[in-house]
Amino acid sequence: MTQLEKIRQEFPALGEQVYGKPLVYLDNAATSQRPLSVVRKWEEVTLKYNANLHRAVHRLADLATQEYEATRDAVRDYLNAESRQEIVFTSGATAAINLVAFSFGEAFVREGDEIVVSEAEHHSNIVPWQMLCERKGARLKVLPVDDGGRLCLEALPGLLTPRTKLVCVAHISNVLGLVNPVKEVVKICHSAGCPVLVDGAQGIVHERVDVRDLVCDFYVFSGHKVYAAPGTGVLYGRRALLEQMPPYMGGGEMIGTVRWTGTTYAPLPQKFEAGTQNIAGTPTLRPALEMAQALRDPAVEAEQRAIKEFMLNKLSGIPGLRLYGIPASPEEKIPLFSFSVEQAHHEDLALILDKLGVAVRSGQMCAEPLMDRFGVTGMLRVSFAPYNTLQEAEYFIQSLERAIKMLRG
Amino acid sequence: MKSLQEIQAEVVEDFSMYDEWLDKYEYLIDLGRRLEPFPEELKTDDRLIKGCQSRVWLDTREEDGRLYFRADSDAIITKGIISLLIGVYSGRTAAEIAADDFSFVDSLGLRENLSPTRANGLASMIETLRQTAQKCC
Repeated sequence: MTQLEKIRQEFPALGEQVYGKPLVYLDNAATSQRPLSVVRKWEEVTLKYNANLHRAVHRLADLATQEYEATRDAVRDYLNAESRQEIVFTSGATAAINLVAFSFGEAFVREGDEIVVSEAEHHSNIVPWQMLCERKGARLKVLPVDDGGRLCLEALPGLLTPRTKLVCVAHISNVLGLVNPVKEVVKICHSAGCPVLVDGAQGIVHERVDVRDLVCDFYVFSGHKVYAAPGTGVLYGRRALLEQMPPYMGGGEMIGTVRWTGTTYAPLPQKFEAGTQNIAGTPTLRPALEMAQALRDPAVEAEQRAIKEFMLNKLSGIPGLRLYGIPASPEEKIPLFSFSVEQAHHEDLALILDKLGVAVRSGQMCAEPLMDRFGVTGMLRVSFAPYNTLQEAEYFIQSLERAIKMLRG
Repeated sequence: MKSLQEIQAEVVEDFSMYDEWLDKYEYLIDLGRRLEPFPEELKTDDRLIKGCQSRVWLDTREEDGRLYFRADSDAIITKGIISLLIGVYSGRTAAEIAADDFSFVDSLGLRENLSPTRANGLASMIETLRQTAQKCC
């Protein structure tokens, strides 16, 4: 058995059938499947030491708190953050961005200030900033992408003014699958004195993330896209910034002392973790990131490269197919392919593929401004995870060709 | 003229001939293709049925107390579904349509076997037909 086959056995869902056909799950950018280690961790915490965190002196609470805090250390290690105070647990990337939009906004954004987002962002990295701008009377500016979907980096310096308070950009676009040059983005922004938030929802799955190497100020991701339990997520924030930001929500363990005359707040990171935390979910980040690490196996990575090459080659050979997100070099793209096909609506394609056992996504992928940019009402998106195989890619292409034939008649 | 129930029973019977899902889709695609062309100038926002993943336009004309529907969609399977629906309801009186419970759609097995977003689209199509009929009553 190959290393990849062994790893696939850890994901029982990958062996499922739909409509009597083997499931080929290619909607990983929406959510990944879970390995047994993650399910077992959730079960272990829930069945053996379920207790509320940080509060009680009893043994169970101690064990639950240890699990939770050990997870914080593991995430710190994984991201190579400077300290554990910089790791805040949230319910997901969206919650993490909303936290920053509120708390950073309260601390640093005034009327007439500016926030910059890229044109290729997920709604979760657009709407919280629109809400902030509305609240503060600030202005949202957009960094465009070119026809290939690549960030127009040369336009960035011109967008930055002394009033630009934050630049928000995805590590990897969930529609285009292009790895953005975030290190360069950070360099340009920092030289203008502006901090950067990186949406790592896709990046954490496909790239080795080192926040000290990126030198970004915030990095956020969801657990569920990287094999962990849904409802988990991480906000990495540079300590100096987090310390100046007021809490997002009040209540629970985020307090220092509470008096009628006023309340003081807990130190980092508890200041940002109000209310009962995801006691059993958050600890699943530890086995999940171990799985992400295991999937960095050379044989698995070779398979990923083969899938990418095969897909780019086959898709470009299908008449009337338009691919969005054209990389300058293969390393710039993850195995995520969004496209449209003439005379074959994305929704029709997705419906037929579903009946052939292939799970893909059709529609706007939570990125309506990007759909407008390319002048389409939606796309078909095929997103591979490191546990997918070349054989699945081959089956996908066969199925796609069959669906197109059916629709073109 | 056949009753609404008779026509519905015929449609259910036609559809039940296909065991395989891909054959059902082939049938819907064929229905979609055979739908009479929909004038471009009628593709206006007020004719769009909300709640569908693809765009679906419905135009209604009343003549001699009967409602006549025309429709279009940019997705062919959806077009087949709306074609099937207006094939049943076009030419009926508003009162007849408003009084119908649309349960024949459940007998087609479309609701549970289309994706949830699509099922929402189907529900929106039915709701639009029902509301249009109610307004004309």
